Amino acid sequence: MPEKSVYSANADLAPIIATSRVRVAEAAPLIRFSLRGGEAAASHAGTAVGVSLPLEPLTSIATDKVAAFWLGPDEWNLVIQDDDARAMFERVETALADTPHSLVDVSDRNRALIISGRKAAWLLNSQVFLDFDEASFPVGMVTRTLFGKAEIMLWRQAEDTFVIEAWRSFMPYVIELLQEASRELEAA
Amino acid sequence: MLLISCPYCGVERPEIEFRHAGEAHIARPAEPSKLTDEEWAEYLYMRTNPKGLMAERWRHTHGCGRFFNAIRDTVSDKFVTVYKMGEAKPDLDQLLVEAAQ
Repeated sequence: MPEKSVYSANADLAPIIATSRVRVAEAAPLIRFSLRGGEAAASHAGTAVGVSLPLEPLTSIATDKVAAFWLGPDEWNLVIQDDDARAMFERVETALADTPHSLVDVSDRNRALIISGRKAAWLLNSQVFLDFDEASFPVGMVTRTLFGKAEIMLWRQAEDTFVIEAWRSFMPYVIELLQEASRELEAA
Repeated sequence: MLLISCPYCGVERPEIEFRHAGEAHIARPAEPSKLTDEEWAEYLYMRTNPKGLMAERWRHTHGCGRFFNAIRDTVSDKFVTVYKMGEAKPDLDQLLVEAAQ
């Protein structure tokens, strides 16, 4: 079962890779918060954004409007679709007022790519050394890992759809390596 | 490729996601100002460097970001066990016996 996704392709941009077997598109802008804190902070932040934050390692909770990703025992990435980032930040910050935490707006730090198609896992495996078999990397699993030398957050939204988030300064590197791998795929 | 398992993520990952962070279980002296220079140097610089099993700190830098402890064989580079921060150091002699079985 595919997870619901806040990520949608940015309609203003041409797809980065569009072949019959794999498609890579830049995601439309979203609000992103980095939350550090204990389980109490997670619970309060979850109430404010409308989902309960995942406490199991490497798991995520996703709706059409909000996604919460487990990145560490005290660290979550909240991705939200909303027009007013400032109001949303204030809302979460208010809910966390009495709980020790750190909440940082990192909306502009990351860019996201949506990688879909039959060969999506193959394309990622050109630089990501993880086993993408459903048994070891099920739908909904999220992890921070390395893409070549760039640190990324990788989420499996559906069996053949992945989302990569990377720092925007790393993104040209990630995109060019994906394009190179897709040329190999075309040649094969 | 050397695979290391992270006690916080509960999965095995390639070594490139991790960073070594020195010997484990070295407690900072409670009152540094009462130590002699030699005792302070002992705390700061002197490490055991054994041939065989050693307790080390590692950090899952490109994963959950957490420090954890690991028992690694410095001869074979084999990770015998990993455990979370704050947990007691396993009995190395006992581990050696188990490894031999």
